Amino acid sequence: MTLLHWAIISPFLMAIIIPLLYKLFRKIHTGWFVLILPVILFTYFFQFISITSGGNTIKETVQWMPSFDINFTAYVDGLGLLFALLITGIGSLVVLYSIYYLNKDKEQLHNFYVYLLMFMGAMLGVVLSDNLIVLYMFWEFTSISSFLLIGYWYHRERSRYGAQKSMLMTVFGGLSMLGGFLLLYVMGGSFSIREIVGMAGELSTDPLFIPALILVLLGAFTKSAQFPFHIWLPDAMEAPTPVSAYLHSATMVKAGLYLVARMSPVFADQGLWLWLVGGFGILTLFWGSFNAVKQTDLKGILAFSTVSQLGLIMSLLGVGAAALHYDHINDNIFLVATLAAVFHLINHATFKGSLFMVVGIVDHETGTRDIRKLGGLMSFMPITFTIAIIGAFSMAGLPPFNGFLSKEMFFTGMVNIMEADLFNLQTWGLLFPILAWVGSVFTFLYSMIIVFKTFTGKHQPEKLEKKPHEAPIGMLISPIILASLVVIFGFFPNILSHSVIEPAVAAITPSLAKEVEVHISFWHGVGPELFMTLGVFLFGILLYVLLPKWKHIYTWIPEKLTLNSFYDRGIIAAERGSSRFTKGYMTGYIRSYLVYIFSFFIAILLFTMWYKGAFAINTEYVAPIGIYEIALALILVISSVTTLFAKSRLTSIIALGAAGYTVSLFFVLFRAPDLALTQLVIETVSVALFLLCFYHLPPLSRHEERMSFKLGNALISIGVGVVVTLVAISSYSTKLFDSISKYYIENVYDEAGGKNMVNVILVDFRGFDTLFEICVLAIAALGIFSMIKLRLTRRKEG
Amino acid sequence: MRTRTNDLILQTITTVVAFIIILFSLSLFFAGHYNPGGGFVGGLMTSGAIVLLLLAYDIKTVASILPIDYKILIAVGLLFAVGTGAGALIFNVPFLTHAYDYFYLPLLGKTSLHTAVLFDTGVYLVVIGVTMTIIQTIGESE
Repeated sequence: MTLLHWAIISPFLMAIIIPLLYKLFRKIHTGWFVLILPVILFTYFFQFISITSGGNTIKETVQWMPSFDINFTAYVDGLGLLFALLITGIGSLVVLYSIYYLNKDKEQLHNFYVYLLMFMGAMLGVVLSDNLIVLYMFWEFTSISSFLLIGYWYHRERSRYGAQKSMLMTVFGGLSMLGGFLLLYVMGGSFSIREIVGMAGELSTDPLFIPALILVLLGAFTKSAQFPFHIWLPDAMEAPTPVSAYLHSATMVKAGLYLVARMSPVFADQGLWLWLVGGFGILTLFWGSFNAVKQTDLKGILAFSTVSQLGLIMSLLGVGAAALHYDHINDNIFLVATLAAVFHLINHATFKGSLFMVVGIVDHETGTRDIRKLGGLMSFMPITFTIAIIGAFSMAGLPPFNGFLSKEMFFTGMVNIMEADLFNLQTWGLLFPILAWVGSVFTFLYSMIIVFKTFTGKHQPEKLEKKPHEAPIGMLISPIILASLVVIFGFFPNILSHSVIEPAVAAITPSLAKEVEVHISFWHGVGPELFMTLGVFLFGILLYVLLPKWKHIYTWIPEKLTLNSFYDRGIIAAERGSSRFTKGYMTGYIRSYLVYIFSFFIAILLFTMWYKGAFAINTEYVAPIGIYEIALALILVISSVTTLFAKSRLTSIIALGAAGYTVSLFFVLFRAPDLALTQLVIETVSVALFLLCFYHLPPLSRHEERMSFKLGNALISIGVGVVVTLVAISSYSTKLFDSISKYYIENVYDEAGGKNMVNVILVDFRGFDTLFEICVLAIAALGIFSMIKLRLTRRKEG
Repeated sequence: MRTRTNDLILQTITTVVAFIIILFSLSLFFAGHYNPGGGFVGGLMTSGAIVLLLLAYDIKTVASILPIDYKILIAVGLLFAVGTGAGALIFNVPFLTHAYDYFYLPLLGKTSLHTAVLFDTGVYLVVIGVTMTIIQTIGESE
């Protein structure tokens, strides 16, 4: 265990002692203890920048299950480090914010911080693991801790609903991803991402490659809330706002992006990858931003905006995959997309985190998040307003904030992709810039809604529960830091480019790693992206002004056709369907189960016989049939038919006895004296027992009526008879080898000192069976004894 | 409760016949290794004799004639069978390996003694115990 490994699991260790600290120091807000850890971790990870920016990586292995090739391998490169810094950095800010947001007397803080630390550790594990299985383990940890955090206020029904929804979706994706990882292991023989990346060229021709690609993408899409799996994210807004800010904007939802970026070198060879990642990303961007406009809850808007921004980054990662098809950096216009993805990833974490915190403050200070009730808060909370403006304008892509730069690069990347001569991009590539532009217009629109519907307009004090006022300073520190970062990155983007962005881009595009050089310029010159940006502003302002006039188009999509309603109805249908299915065949009648068993028996045997061509008739081994056999067989048939069609049960029992004695006669005829003796006695005993049962039947149900005829029963019993006969004939007709009974005949006297071969086999050659048969008898006798003697219910009644 | 009729003939014959059946069952049991028979049929026959006693007399009488707890008989029988098998382990041979040899005994002459008979005794006792437990339990129940 190196220091790096301890750093990754330290949040888990911290989570263990948090409840203790909570109980011991009730006067101090538990968050203060928690805060120490992410700050230390952030400083620790900050030191790695000097290593990764030089193009170096760190790889430390601790053996866990070496025989399965599962080892806890920590791997730090530019991409992993970028995420680690985001996780710990924003983690510190969120913990600080939550100290003022959550009341230490009313909330169960120990639960909250345990979950949060679990999540932080899991997230660090995801981004810093080189082993796929360990990555998957941490991945599911994030799902579980996110589930716990969404359901933090578990007494609310919406929280439980949201938690369940996100759990179902992310675990579905997680399991698919595990399948994809296993396929990768089957192909490459290694769980190490490094080694798989090294084998990428050979793997791409494997027939399992495409399934692995799709399965891994399913995992990434569900986690990162891509269309159509985005529907869990808006419902996850029931979590406390610090959680929404941390998990559902800055970190967890980016795990999917991380996975896509991490796996790009493996899968990007395929056109399918580019189309799936880029296509679903751009679709998500459009759909998320379109739907964000109709929300009335501030957190709802932010949720859909997160969905849309994640789609933006996803589409950039997809489009950036085109860069890997060219070996050198010269004129590699597609690299700008990857660059934009990494840059926007950082930007989004900063501005979305601050916006969530702003919304949390508004909620905290006014008691509502509904934009229809809010308005005119500008004069009450000027600092919050300023932060909101910075965050929202950055989100909308306005200069001079960092969102503007990444939005410009986004447009450049989307326009450039049309020039690729790969995968039909020249014909269909036009879709990318169009959808990107339309999505950006809506992004602009909802960003304006967030700011202006909340902070400007008319103040409506009668609709608010509290008298609004500025938040305490502690709550403002974190959003202020994030907002300052937005501005700093906006004005000086290149402080990041060499230290953080370059190594990350190099990790995504390893074939170009040595040549990547990033320079983000503020002014691109006059190009299509400039006009697109101008168009976004113009149309955005126009649409915002005319919003009341066209808002009714959202009612065009009826409630029934929304994805949420599909999900809900799907869940209900699955529950009802499976319940109905189970009730349908689990009738509770033994008759039904026997019907299933015997039908299956018939079907499987007939099918096998037909499929294998196993039916055979061979009269070679048939012995001559004598008159005695015929006579006995006739008696047997008559007694069987009598048993079936007898009017009274007594007749049936007697006929059954007759059949038994006939069998015993058969044994005599076929020279089996031991069997004949035993059969005779046993038949007597069992008929006596039948008569006993018959005598004790309760008087009510003792109607002497014939067995009712059921066609199904008749068919199945005839089928069973026919099938068994066919099997018997076939097996008798094909003797593959001689019987082993010769050995017994030769050795019964010399070896075992007996002459009755049946008995010698029973007690000597195969005495082991006999031992357990008498055990069976003993158990039967004791069972009968205890069934009759042990009558607990009767004793209770008496 | 059924009034008891005078079953003198049945009871007298039973006294004789039961012994003959028991002797026959013993003969079946001991003949097992060379002729048809063995522990299973022998045990069934012996319990047949006891059932005859039960029919002629009543359960209490038979219980005083044969004061046996048949459940213990089952256990003893199983112990015999397992013990015979485990005994082989002492001689460092696999479980349930039997041994036999011929001896000249006074009166009986050349006789083969076989550990398989001990195993068969186990079977014999279990079969008696099982049948009698079942019949007695059902007979006693109301």
